Amino acid sequence: MTAATTIDAMDTVMVDSGPSEQDAVLDIRNLQVFYATPSGDVRAVDNVSFKVQRGEIIGLVGESGCGKTTTAMAILRLVQPPGRIAGGEINLDSVNLADLEGDDLRETRWTKLSLIPQGAMNSLNPVMRISSQIKDTIRTHEGRISNRELKERILQLLQLVGLPSRVYDMYPHELSGGMKQRACIAMAIALDPVLVIADEPTSALDVVVQRVVGETLLDVKERLGVSMIVIGHDMGLMAQLVDRLAVMYAGRIVEFAPVESIFNEQLHPYTQLLIESIPSIKEKKPLKLTEGLTHDLRTHMQGCIFQLRCPHVMDICREENPPMRALRSRHETACHLYDDDGIRLH
Amino acid sequence: MAPLLDIKKATKIYGGGMLSAGPVTVALQDYDLTIEESPATITTIAGESGSGKSTLANLVLGFTELTSGQIVYRGRDLAEMTAPERMDYRREVQAVFQDPYAVYNPFYRVKHVFDLIIRNFKMASGKAEARDMIENALNVVGMRGEEVLEKYPHQLSGGQRQRMMMARAYMLKPKLIVADEPVSMVDASLRAMILDIMLRLRDEEGMSFLYITHDLSTAYQIGDHIYLLYQGSVAESGEAAAVIENPKHPYVQLLLDSIPVPDPSVKWGGDEATTIDDEEMRVSVDSGCRFYPRCTQRMDRCLEASPVPFPVGANNHNASCFLYDEEEKILA
Repeated sequence: MTAATTIDAMDTVMVDSGPSEQDAVLDIRNLQVFYATPSGDVRAVDNVSFKVQRGEIIGLVGESGCGKTTTAMAILRLVQPPGRIAGGEINLDSVNLADLEGDDLRETRWTKLSLIPQGAMNSLNPVMRISSQIKDTIRTHEGRISNRELKERILQLLQLVGLPSRVYDMYPHELSGGMKQRACIAMAIALDPVLVIADEPTSALDVVVQRVVGETLLDVKERLGVSMIVIGHDMGLMAQLVDRLAVMYAGRIVEFAPVESIFNEQLHPYTQLLIESIPSIKEKKPLKLTEGLTHDLRTHMQGCIFQLRCPHVMDICREENPPMRALRSRHETACHLYDDDGIRLH
Repeated sequence: MAPLLDIKKATKIYGGGMLSAGPVTVALQDYDLTIEESPATITTIAGESGSGKSTLANLVLGFTELTSGQIVYRGRDLAEMTAPERMDYRREVQAVFQDPYAVYNPFYRVKHVFDLIIRNFKMASGKAEARDMIENALNVVGMRGEEVLEKYPHQLSGGQRQRMMMARAYMLKPKLIVADEPVSMVDASLRAMILDIMLRLRDEEGMSFLYITHDLSTAYQIGDHIYLLYQGSVAESGEAAAVIENPKHPYVQLLLDSIPVPDPSVKWGGDEATTIDDEEMRVSVDSGCRFYPRCTQRMDRCLEASPVPFPVGANNHNASCFLYDEEEKILA
């Protein structure tokens, strides 16, 4: 195999090999999202493939600028120019969202797929009562519904996310940050979607509220069986919340595994770095320092994307892009450090 | 010798002016804090949003004025300083802010932030000296001038910008740096670097920090003393390690239990977390303990008066909670 010709072929190796393959709600294949700049395309998401099973929470972690939010925006078809979906498929319940246009797209959004936006507290309309905002959503998609039925449904939604019924008549400024966040969750599940994307659902909240919102998300998942993609960079929160974790770096997924498996053993050096840098409250330990910059995303890098920061970089890493391989049961990573049997080379 | 910073009975109330009709917001109430001049220490102020920690930073930096109480810097009351004294204060007390994106003017190259302070404080006699000072400061935070100074802010990463802010503060050789959430917007993998700079400035340069954060784990890793605020009052204070390893106040216990453990097999522990909305919060502060509406161990007397700090451990470990009122226990 010569390196140059096989790079793209290897990128297409499927990431997921979970047991319930047939029940995938979302199936993303070779997704590419590029942003056009005067000096060339920025490859924000480059050949990302993964599946989300029914009733499962997938975590998407990585540092700022690694493409996690862009991936989510692509699934929602909300990538704005100068960005564009440059390739790949986004299959939601066997419909390729990447091909949808106009009314079809509009109908799919929120009925099948909804979003809890980043900084949800600022995404509510300040001059509308919580109930009116949820009513709007339901009426837009389902047409005429009697007021009584609508009210009953909204009260049920509020109860589902643990909000008291008086929130129905309240304005956003009357709620605390965590309550606003939960109102957003209620709105996201109003039309019983199959997939909810939560973009940093707790990043602006303090730990107690973060926990309340996290527990609400888990509860909603349990009761409705909805699938979720949770984007974040807090590994501690991910450990509490998600079933499987995808670690992104510079537009690619570098490790993808059940969350227990990842916390048990990090195969990719970047994942090791992420987990080592979690500050502990149990023991005082010396700070783990890391240096280094991500490569310029405008250039298609020869070899592994993490080579500039990797402490274990080898010659092969500068030449060949490592493919995603299942090195443990359901645990996949893209790294040359391991041979095909998952044994570490050095 | 007078302490470096001595805050006495500081109270800050927002609202309540002639034109405002609604209830006032008590952002900080009867707050006491002392930072000794030497050895240099990192004093952490921690608490949730709205607990008054940023109000405290703004008061120390002189952005707002106290409603009552005193802030005394090396024996001089902040409110009574003369203009030259205030100039010195502004130089000796520096700030590093939360958002490393918003503190730069996007139209200037980043070296502008250094040029400005050199000019304002007349620190260098010539260009060569100024350049040396800047280079030296950047080296302390692990950067090189030729790599960054001619760039525009958008060309630097968040971690780099925050390190430059540390370098800027360092260049003035301050006695105290007020760091308001300096790492909350920096990626986890780069956080350690900023925290390491703080430790080095403390140990090698003798600079003290007022480290304001809501992240107890970093406070535990680098803090010497800690003050945990709840709704403008101190809930618990003491040595950072002692408080975090052995929390006494129910609020602090809840806070520590809520930190997500980076281990999927250990789920959120402790009592079930509750939050209340802003309206309830405002009503609840009229009398008694402010944590009452959320407390799992509340008693009737918590509504009658505000708890004062009771000693709960060695080295000034105090908790403002009636659970630790020894006299009461003896009487009962």
